[in-house]
Amino acid sequence: MQSTMKESDPILEVENLSASTDNLPILKGVSLTVYPGEIHAIMGRNGCGKSTLSKIIAGHPSYNITNGEIKFLGENINSLEPEERAQSGIFLGFQYPIEIPGVSNLEFLRVSTNARRKFLNKEELDTFDFEELVKEKLEIVKMDHAFLSRSVNQGFSGGEKKRNEILQMALLEPKIAILDETDSGLDIDALRIVASGIKKISNSQTGIILITHYQRLLDEIEPNYVHVMSDGQIIKTGESDLALELEKKGYEWTDNFIKET
Amino acid sequence: MVNENLVKDVVKEPYKYGFVTDIETEKIAKGLNEDIIRLISQKKEEPKYLLDFRLKAFKKWQKMKEPDWSGLGYKKIDYQDIIYYSAPKQKEKISSLNEVDPKLLETFDKLGIPLTEQKKLTNVAVDAVFDSVSIATTFREELAEHGVIFCSISEAVKNHSDLIEKYLGTVVPASDNYFAALNSAVFSDGSFVYIPKGVTCPMDLSSYFRINSGDSGQFERTLIIAEEASSVSYLEGCTAPMFDTNTLHAAVVELIALDDASIKYSTVQNWYAGDEEGIGGIFNFVTKRGKCLGKRSKISWSQVETGSAITWKYPSCLLLGEESIGEFYSVALTNNLQQADTGTKMIHIGPKTKSTIVSKGISAGNSINSYRGLVKMGTKAKGSRNYSQCDSMLIGDQASANTFPYIKSQQPNSEIEHEASTCRISEDQLFYLQSRGIEFEEAVSMMVSGFCRDVFNQLPMEFAAEADKLLALKLEGSVG
Repeated sequence: MQSTMKESDPILEVENLSASTDNLPILKGVSLTVYPGEIHAIMGRNGCGKSTLSKIIAGHPSYNITNGEIKFLGENINSLEPEERAQSGIFLGFQYPIEIPGVSNLEFLRVSTNARRKFLNKEELDTFDFEELVKEKLEIVKMDHAFLSRSVNQGFSGGEKKRNEILQMALLEPKIAILDETDSGLDIDALRIVASGIKKISNSQTGIILITHYQRLLDEIEPNYVHVMSDGQIIKTGESDLALELEKKGYEWTDNFIKET
Repeated sequence: MVNENLVKDVVKEPYKYGFVTDIETEKIAKGLNEDIIRLISQKKEEPKYLLDFRLKAFKKWQKMKEPDWSGLGYKKIDYQDIIYYSAPKQKEKISSLNEVDPKLLETFDKLGIPLTEQKKLTNVAVDAVFDSVSIATTFREELAEHGVIFCSISEAVKNHSDLIEKYLGTVVPASDNYFAALNSAVFSDGSFVYIPKGVTCPMDLSSYFRINSGDSGQFERTLIIAEEASSVSYLEGCTAPMFDTNTLHAAVVELIALDDASIKYSTVQNWYAGDEEGIGGIFNFVTKRGKCLGKRSKISWSQVETGSAITWKYPSCLLLGEESIGEFYSVALTNNLQQADTGTKMIHIGPKTKSTIVSKGISAGNSINSYRGLVKMGTKAKGSRNYSQCDSMLIGDQASANTFPYIKSQQPNSEIEHEASTCRISEDQLFYLQSRGIEFEEAVSMMVSGFCRDVFNQLPMEFAAEADKLLALKLEGSVG
């Protein structure tokens, strides 16, 4: 399916990627290619390596790549620092956004937005211009301005944390966003807000990887491809109906699949 | 608000105050005895009561033992191997800044404290102290119009002897402790501030202490008196060159606030801290104390301690006046092999007195950072309250942080609250910031600034930015 000719160049190419942490292999040869405008869903049991894959793409220092490579816009990024990856347009939406006491959300958002803008050779924004921009983006996730004066994620509810992640995505305008269980812990209304936010931010030039356990997010954002991961490998890839089938039959159904690639 | 660009600017710079000014100095012989003390007093043309004060202090000091309760580890100080008076050679009487050696003006220029009329800072008056003497004090005429006296303590001894005789040693008696006694015997220069009744000092006052000589100690003495219903904000900065020997700095600061007066005293201490192996650096043994003598008077200490090989310092408040207020806001950062033992004493004596303590200790490298504080409620401190918060942040796994809160209450009708926490900058927090495009060093500074925010908010504006820069600088290379 993915081998069909595409008109444009891929945004992200993960090629036969193996990785370990503390000498424990977690990924065992994952390949995945994302083209502009595509939405990919990755599903699978807890501990199958989904989150690890997302962290490795974002450059988490706890993992070692033992084989294979990650290419972003055609360039190997295996050895780039996390901040370099982020500045160049890779965004990771955290499953558990981290609390940072004392650092104001507004200042954090401004510094990070400016780091990205600097990379894009855009003018960095002062506090006043940034206020304007952030007001506009707050609308997308229906967040109150008061969130900005609080410390980063500190004392936020689960739903607020996830919306704050989408707000960051909206400000950073990434080329590719990997959203790790952004739907978990959200009630129906919050899920809709987050889903519509993601849709508003993405376009024909961006790629999205949704890591999820549930069909309900995929009802809101229909993926082009669904991948099922198990024991550090992608064992099956299909279109959006694969997720529906998975929802019906459970992961046990996938246990007997042989790695298809 | 923390200026992130400022942080960026300095992250890559080493200790930039480490230069030595090559200037001809007048130094007396090494060693400490009665003759040396008489000589210092004579050089400063002091009245007899002051010489007596010094000699009495010296006698007490000789009978005292260097304290070891803090557990600070350092090479024994040889008090006979120190020069107790060192001054740049200049004309006998200087009537204007034009007569000050250009090298000295240049030194303070380099330190970011220009003194000349054309370049001087516009919103703050400065007293610049170089080794044992005060070089210049700016804005004196302007301040005098408001009745504010701001000069070196040597000058105050000459021109305002009545005030010196009345107040010197009344907050920190010569026998208070080993280093206070030493200072009382040999103090050379420092600042004197007097704010008359009802006057709000029209600008911030500042002293800048520069140690230049490697073999002489600095023993400055500062005295601030705020008369009824007056207020003043005073800033203090300190730097020293990089020497591979240790230099002793033993200062005494006394504050006195009368009815409804308020004194805000802020310090950014950036003495040379020694190198990565712990060679060199200042031994900073300081006694700072304020007396809230009047009703509703207020003394507020804020300090950012980043320098010195050893810091031993407990700016304290004696709350005598009814409803008087004492505050202590502190950030102490240690890196490499630095040791800091700092905190405060809040002594509640009068009724309905209030004190607040907020202490943030950051330890990196192999350093040791301790908070040590005493809150005491006396028998008459009915209806008094204290709130203390002591937080420690550890960077890396070789640093240590301690908290030693001492609480004594002799008054059941009083409240003491103490909160403490210890945290570590986690890899996950750093990764989170980095994954948003924020550089590693900047991520660390952001978190440290965030940790210190409660204290930075208490600092005067320019100082807050300066403090932030300093922390970023000191943490360079300490993580990862």
